[in-house]
Amino acid sequence: MSERIDVNVVAKVSRLARLDLTPEEIEVTTDQLAKMLDHFADIDALDLEQVEPMTQPYPLVNVLREDIEQPCLDREEVLAAAPDVDDHRFRVPPIIGLED
Amino acid sequence: MNTTDPTMTAAQIAAQVRSGQITATEVLERHLSQIAARESEIHAFNLVTIDEARAQAAAVDAMVAAGRDPGVLAGVPVAIKDNMCTHGVPTTCSSRMLEGWRPPYDATVVTKMAAAGAVMIGKTNLDEFAMGSSTENSAFGPTRNPRDTSRVPGGSSGGSAAAVAAGFAPISLGSDTGGSIRQPAALCGVVGVKPTYGMVSRLGLVAFASSLDQIGPFSQDVADAALVMDVIAGHDPGDSTSIPREHPSLTTAITQGVEGLRIGRITDLPGGADPEVEERLEEAFAALAAAGATIVDVQVPALTYGLTAYYLIAPAEASSNLARYDGVRYGMRVPAADTNSMYMATRHEGFGPEVKRRIMLGTYALSAGYFDAYYGKALKVRRLIAEDFDRAYQKVDVMLTPTAPSVAFELGSKTDDPLAMYLCDTYTIPSNLAGHPAMSVPFGTGANDLPVGVQIMAATLAEPVMFRVAAALESAAVAAASKGVK
Repeated sequence: MSERIDVNVVAKVSRLARLDLTPEEIEVTTDQLAKMLDHFADIDALDLEQVEPMTQPYPLVNVLREDIEQPCLDREEVLAAAPDVDDHRFRVPPIIGLED
Repeated sequence: MNTTDPTMTAAQIAAQVRSGQITATEVLERHLSQIAARESEIHAFNLVTIDEARAQAAAVDAMVAAGRDPGVLAGVPVAIKDNMCTHGVPTTCSSRMLEGWRPPYDATVVTKMAAAGAVMIGKTNLDEFAMGSSTENSAFGPTRNPRDTSRVPGGSSGGSAAAVAAGFAPISLGSDTGGSIRQPAALCGVVGVKPTYGMVSRLGLVAFASSLDQIGPFSQDVADAALVMDVIAGHDPGDSTSIPREHPSLTTAITQGVEGLRIGRITDLPGGADPEVEERLEEAFAALAAAGATIVDVQVPALTYGLTAYYLIAPAEASSNLARYDGVRYGMRVPAADTNSMYMATRHEGFGPEVKRRIMLGTYALSAGYFDAYYGKALKVRRLIAEDFDRAYQKVDVMLTPTAPSVAFELGSKTDDPLAMYLCDTYTIPSNLAGHPAMSVPFGTGANDLPVGVQIMAATLAEPVMFRVAAALESAAVAAASKGVK
């Protein structure tokens, strides 16, 4: 399948996943993922060239609802669940300019 | 049977409430006292919704008093897995990430249960975001097996299984992505059903792996499972994967017997089950043969690759679904100077170890350079499994396997070895990958006199025949138990 997973790959994946893992967590995760991937190598022996990928068990196409006006979620109630709001909007820290 | 016995079935309760023999309030109070007696040692619930339940029960009683019919589940207490949205009632997924969150709407199944007269008694514990096979991954502490509190109830719907096994509620709802209803049902000695993918609406079920997740019931007997299925099944325009058709009554189906049905014995089933579990399975085949069914040997060679396909596909979908927990719209936020740091810190703090592990595995399997080798291949293996099943179902109506390889194991015995925990799902995973229905029925006991479950698997939308077989197995198990056989 591929070379054994290492801490550098795991560190990169943790950034992709937006998970701030500690160096110890990266070590442990690397070891655990490596063991799993070893087990998962059982499918390497299969000839899958002609097999179509299966993404869903019960394919339905063009699932559209009637285009009619319906009540939506209560805005105040939804905003009340947010960690920080400002003037009916979700408030977040600065996005640009502070990243490394 | 006393009129307020906590072991009354949902069907018995509803019949007596509808006819005015008992009130929904009496039923509820009896179950609340059962909870008061044993919940501290079991921890089936994240939240017991006492006030809401009393109001709901009173409303049911008012309807009966006014001569109106509250529905087929009139006054029946139901426990709901805490990954299904309940309007205004905290829904945590047993995660710090969602602690205190109150959903702004009800899941479709919650609406349907209430409309049928059921009374929600609480939100049950689970492995965080339904990731696990023992309910030990809950951020709020493990649930214990009511049959032996040194042991796990299975998972991830361990709280829902334990709630029924402990008599806290006659029925409960769980979700099953790779066995999360059937395996805990087996370990707690109750009935658990994973319906055909698309038969029950997922609207309001917090997503784990969207192409695998399905909601289903736990119950003390097969008739109650059929009753709940008849309530929750059906098309929902709010779920784009919901199958747009009517479903036949399963309550009717279970009366039809198994004569002439073809029961598959999978000769190349991956091994590894306890000897007692294998013995119970053989007895199940014998019982069905005695009831007039024919046992047919079949092969499903790709089953052996199910675990690999599942543990690549489910984490991949989870890593995508759980990207929504970013500290912006709901749930936890750990403050930081910029948005990206806020995401990273929030997710580090909010997720437990197993959720992080699966997000990492899934992100890896989907990442550039590894996508084809892992996720892409897993999707092809999924197709092989579905095709092997299709071939087998040309020869048989259902197939029987053990539900879980062993009886309930001790708390802490598998927590250090994720792969060992994943192997608990060997027999349940394939039905999720194929989207087929499957259910677990208690069938005798194994080591330490603990319950064993037999799994019945069927083809897409073949629930009626699956339930007929379940009813026959249940009759055989009850007959054997009354004779003192295991």
